[in-house]
Amino acid sequence: MSEALLSVRDLSVEFVTYGQTNKVLRGVSLDVPAHSQVALVGESGSGKSVTMKAIMGLLRSPPARITGGQLLYDGRDLQTLPHRERLKLRGTSMSMVFQDPMSSLNPVFTIGDQMGTILKYADRRLGRVRSGRERQARVQEVLSQVRMREPERVARSYPIMLSGGMRQRVLIAMALLSEPRLLIADEPGTALDVTTQAQILKLLKDLVEARGLALMMITHNLGVVRETSSYVYVMNKGVVVEHGPTAELFAAPRDAYTQALIAAVPRLTGGTRFGRREAIP
Amino acid sequence: MEFLLFLVRRILWSLLVLVGLSMVIFAIARVVPGDPARMALGPTATQEQVSDLREKLGLNRPIVEQYGLFVAGLARGDLGRSLLTERPVNDDIRSTFAATFELVLVTITIAFLLGVPLGVAAARWKDRWPDNLVRILAIFCAVTPSFFLALLLQILAGYVLHILPTTGRMPHNIDFVADITGLMTVDGLLKGRLDVLGEAFRYLLLPSLALAAATMGQIARITRSSMIDVASQDYIEASRAFGVPEPVRVFKYMLRPSFVPPLTILGLEFASLIGNAFVVELVFAWPGMAAYGIRTILQKDLNAVMGVVMVSGVFFVLVNLVIDVLVGFVDPRIRIRGAR
Repeated sequence: MSEALLSVRDLSVEFVTYGQTNKVLRGVSLDVPAHSQVALVGESGSGKSVTMKAIMGLLRSPPARITGGQLLYDGRDLQTLPHRERLKLRGTSMSMVFQDPMSSLNPVFTIGDQMGTILKYADRRLGRVRSGRERQARVQEVLSQVRMREPERVARSYPIMLSGGMRQRVLIAMALLSEPRLLIADEPGTALDVTTQAQILKLLKDLVEARGLALMMITHNLGVVRETSSYVYVMNKGVVVEHGPTAELFAAPRDAYTQALIAAVPRLTGGTRFGRREAIP
Repeated sequence: MEFLLFLVRRILWSLLVLVGLSMVIFAIARVVPGDPARMALGPTATQEQVSDLREKLGLNRPIVEQYGLFVAGLARGDLGRSLLTERPVNDDIRSTFAATFELVLVTITIAFLLGVPLGVAAARWKDRWPDNLVRILAIFCAVTPSFFLALLLQILAGYVLHILPTTGRMPHNIDFVADITGLMTVDGLLKGRLDVLGEAFRYLLLPSLALAAATMGQIARITRSSMIDVASQDYIEASRAFGVPEPVRVFKYMLRPSFVPPLTILGLEFASLIGNAFVVELVFAWPGMAAYGIRTILQKDLNAVMGVVMVSGVFFVLVNLVIDVLVGFVDPRIRIRGAR
């Protein structure tokens, strides 16, 4: 797929800690075509978060080191891109929805202040000019797009004054401030109760579809995969073990790890799809 | 609203604390061995003179009545007479408190303006050379006794380099009375005497540096650890992912949430230095209340001792009240929940 918006080619990352080298990613390849919803699924420690951080340019080095492979965004190689150009993309063209609404917002600044600050520096990087008043207008516009009933009141609030679901919607609004083309969602809503999480995922899906964004959903939850993506990559121990259209993959998983992962989903009807519960290899 | 309630509760508790303090200091003043009247009159006075003075001071009356008189005086704002200076304690404290307050105010300002940036730098370059340097400096400052530092500064700046005065508040050839606020710097400014203002700072510099070192070390250390704690929070990583530039991340997103511990330390230090500045005051011949307090304690000048303790207590309570308000302003979580 050469027309992919984001293309990860054979990416290898290792962590060097206390003189020990751990290969965390061993040749990961995946594609996120424009306007499509892709999921990256795997258990904790499978390397999905490292993949995400590598794409966003958030890996700290040391200890992390990219030892091989390419990150192509919109046809440009992110690793050879000048630093300034790379910064122009982060938080603007490619943006992230954070996982934990309780800890991802700064507790001592109002929502409006935090979103305004993000917008201010995004504008500055992209050479856009906007006054403080215009920025706040944009902040409230985006807040109402994530279905906040009283955007002015939310903008004036501190995070502690909002519910978990509202804070998660603020995190989505933050990611949408600068009209991104690619949205990377890191298990949004896992910290919330199931009902609220379902609402958040629905909202995210609606927003992504309405705007024609590309979505990369990072999760360990197969239910979320089925709800939000049309194509899925399964990761285990730093490699992509299987990938395919979501429906096909769920219907006929080929890899043993994928099979075990699907089998491990608790079912209300009793028993599991594969008869008995297996240990995840 | 809840924050207001919290402050009101705080004020009521403070009043209770002051009542308790008045009882404790009164009791201690009465049980210490030695006769204040004898101490005041000296060894050559006759027994008659001593008992006359005891009568005059009310030392022969029942202890409860004596406490009653003391509290009644406090309520009127009258602290009685000092045996040491033979002036009203009110006058003594009024003139000496301003000197100590000015010294401690400058001390705290120096400690804060140096300590916070040092702590921020240490946290920003954690485990690298700036951090190591700050940590060594902070430990050094915290463990060096203030009188040693005071002497060191006097020798260096006063006797070797001859650049700064080493004793007093004002040169003798300047004719100036600080009768508005009692602070040389502020009164100099108010009266348009810039020469006084300049001299006041020249005289303040050495004693306040000697006094500031320990507090500065503490503030640097607490700011550092607080910043490091905040740096690992998800919201800092999030602001990085949203492309907020590093200086803004450090000085806005990280510093403000880390600000409550250094602010609290600052308040406590401010309040306690008012009483504990005497070592430096004595070395620099600073006419302050802390030194006055020590002199009166040694003389068993009971009225003056109790006066100094009460004034220090009231000051302590006030400073901490101000700090509570500031902390609520810095961290809305405290303001909204109304407690910490």
